[in-house]
Amino acid sequence: MDTTLLIAAAIKIGVFIGITLSFVSICVIFERRFSAIIQDRVGPNRTMVPLSILGFKKDFALPIGGLTQPVADGLKFILKEDFTPAYVRKFFFWLAPALVVVPALLTMAVVPFGSPMQIGESWIPMAVADLNVGPLFVFAIASLSVYGITLAGWASNSKYPFFGGVRSCAQMISYEIALGLSIIPVLMMFGDLNLGHIVEYQAANGWLLLPMWGEGWTLERWLMLLPLGIAFVVFTTSIFAETNRMPFDLPECETELVGGYHTEYSSMKFALFFMGEYAAMVVGSAIIVTLFFGGWSIGFGLDGMLPIGAWWVSLLHIGCFLTKVTVFILFFILVRWTVPRFRYDQLMTLGWVVFFELALINVFLAALILAFPAIGWGGFIGGFIALVIVSFLLIKIAKGASTTTREYGAV
Amino acid sequence: MATIKVQRPKLSAGEKIYFGAIFKGMVITLRHAFRSLVGKSVGAKELNSTGVGITMQYPEQKWDEELPEYYRGTPALVTNEEDREKCVSCQLCEFICPPKAIKITPGEIPTDDEWAKVEKRPKAFDIDMIRCIYCGMCEEVCPEEAIFLRPDYVVTGTTRKEMVHDKDRLYEIGGKRVGLVNKWNDLK
Repeated sequence: MDTTLLIAAAIKIGVFIGITLSFVSICVIFERRFSAIIQDRVGPNRTMVPLSILGFKKDFALPIGGLTQPVADGLKFILKEDFTPAYVRKFFFWLAPALVVVPALLTMAVVPFGSPMQIGESWIPMAVADLNVGPLFVFAIASLSVYGITLAGWASNSKYPFFGGVRSCAQMISYEIALGLSIIPVLMMFGDLNLGHIVEYQAANGWLLLPMWGEGWTLERWLMLLPLGIAFVVFTTSIFAETNRMPFDLPECETELVGGYHTEYSSMKFALFFMGEYAAMVVGSAIIVTLFFGGWSIGFGLDGMLPIGAWWVSLLHIGCFLTKVTVFILFFILVRWTVPRFRYDQLMTLGWVVFFELALINVFLAALILAFPAIGWGGFIGGFIALVIVSFLLIKIAKGASTTTREYGAV
Repeated sequence: MATIKVQRPKLSAGEKIYFGAIFKGMVITLRHAFRSLVGKSVGAKELNSTGVGITMQYPEQKWDEELPEYYRGTPALVTNEEDREKCVSCQLCEFICPPKAIKITPGEIPTDDEWAKVEKRPKAFDIDMIRCIYCGMCEEVCPEEAIFLRPDYVVTGTTRKEMVHDKDRLYEIGGKRVGLVNKWNDLK
């Protein structure tokens, strides 16, 4: 490996972790301000730069509407007393917060932030690790964060955190299945697991959910919108469940469990949970954008007109990607204030009975559409009838199973 | 207790899919957000706010015009039409004050004074605004109608000493008050 790539990798690690962490703080300010305006409130709008504690005469009020609030929040977390209750299992209690943050930040490694940059002879991909198993890596690492939450609940040695941990464990494992199954149609469509290639394909031939340019005008792409739309809905909802966001935030619902798994945590250890949760949200948005909304591509065939490889094009693409991620973060917050929390059995029914089956049927539906040129009309109609019969039976069985659990309370 | 079986409402296929309701909800939340952004939140006009939500931006915007007549703000001493201190330092307010915020040093009025027949007036009159609970007992108990709770509520200071209102400050807040009972004027 030559030195250019090494230096570039080091810079990329620094910059992208920096971007992710600053996005966490942006999430916090968005969460607070956007929630506020949804609820007809103002939100934190006058945080200043507190020069007076450094000995200056006056505080410095920037006209930015409280954008320094995350800094103040962070400082507060650092300066608070880090209290460890006497009855906790110390080792795991200390380990758990790190186990929540690290996977969230690690998954960011495979996300392509921008188009590759050409420096000298070498092309530098704008992802820390341009893996050929991108989505699989994301799932593998992201599922590790369940350990952090479960350990936090168990190590706290207290009943509410324990409930939170158990709930989170069951929830995240359940939704991982739907999460993994739902993107199989997407991967079948691309025939590639490299996120960089996936985005390049979308830049040239239309975003997955917006096939409006390049090869996107074919009938097959438009027919594929049905399974891909289902995949998008299932995937997005599962991401909500995976990140413990609002409609599925049972692990930490304040009304029942005080604070859930992080009840016993304070100061920076709590901040790490907080950060991990928001970092997971950022990564989730980034993955959704990368898979379904063309990642860094500006879209509408504009990418083809730009000289790919020039440094300013890469920066432009990074900007475009971050804009899309921001929009998705706002969507996350909007859903938080729109959809009320699920009951736990409803959550499990939705995961196991609805999404699991839907994702499964969806895989075959996508396969049928993709295979149409090879199998012709006869094969297509035959396959379609078989699929309808199988789905009908599947729904029947799933319905029976769900009523049994509801009546006898097996959950 | 009799058991009442409640039939859950039958949902139509559209309702079961759940997306219509979520979409409707999002439209509602977004409408609130948009209204806040353009400064036209519901109720903003009636509550006289900035429009970003129904919240009033306090130091810039104040609610002073809407304060009722009987608003109990800082206690203050008043003078009458002829600029005489109404307080005769009877110390009733000092004794009634539940948090013991008032401290009066009584003083004699010299015989050559125009108001010599009143005999006493306060030499010093301190109200500790850190202790004051704005109960209005002092106003209630005053036989001379000399102390009133004014609608000033902004009492700030960076030291404890600044928070003690002395006599000058109390008269400054209270000012002159006309139309009260004048039991010390010449006719009586």
